[in-house]
Amino acid sequence: MTVSEFANKNGLTCLCLPEGEREIEGAYVGDLLSFVMGKAQSGDAWVTIMSNQNVLAVAALTDVACVIFAEGVKPDDALTQTAKEKGINLLACDKDAYGICLMLSACL
Amino acid sequence: MNEDLIFHFDVDGSDFTSAGQASVQLKKNLRQLGISPDIIRRVSIAMYEGEINMVIHANGGEADVAVTETDITITLRDKGPGIKDIDLAMQEGFSTATDNIRSLGFGAGMGLPNMKRYSDSMEIDSVVGEGTVITMKINL
Repeated sequence: MTVSEFANKNGLTCLCLPEGEREIEGAYVGDLLSFVMGKAQSGDAWVTIMSNQNVLAVAALTDVACVIFAEGVKPDDALTQTAKEKGINLLACDKDAYGICLMLSACL
Repeated sequence: MNEDLIFHFDVDGSDFTSAGQASVQLKKNLRQLGISPDIIRRVSIAMYEGEINMVIHANGGEADVAVTETDITITLRDKGPGIKDIDLAMQEGFSTATDNIRSLGFGAGMGLPNMKRYSDSMEIDSVVGEGTVITMKINL
């Protein structure tokens, strides 16, 4: 399923979808960036509550399909703008990481 | 005779939010060279962890990445405080990062261990009060 389809089907907020047609191939949950760097795989949906600029560097380096901010976390406009320029898909959701994983699990 | 390719990066220590830029740029450069995704991933992780360390602990530094036909060598140089106990610093979970840094998602004590894990060889040359030079080699 593509990032765009996943967001629409589950009613997630699309903060920016510069590459909405990317396929979600797996998922990773984590907030400690060193763990995410080492473990998240290309094509994963990365679920996190971190919303600082470093999230974009990690997303770009791991080549995840999208970042999903959980628990109603909203990054600032500067981050969303940078993500758009770098081609990183950003979604947001009020649910906690577990709830988001259940949605992902149903789509993978 | 082929000349080695060298990419040079200045790592800005004053702007924490932009940390990772050198790694992202390096990843692009390596992709253009047609290096395999697995190697790029390992180089990117090793470089990113090193970059973050220089920003957190040493107020920035420099990175040189040399690409030859047989390997990629990353050399990180900083003029930071140096590493007092390298064996201790290499232990997973050990970190001297502040609470502020931890709240940003760093300071898990995985930086140096990740750098070692994702490179084929790593050398740390550190003098307390002068700085640190880390050399990592990833075989192609």
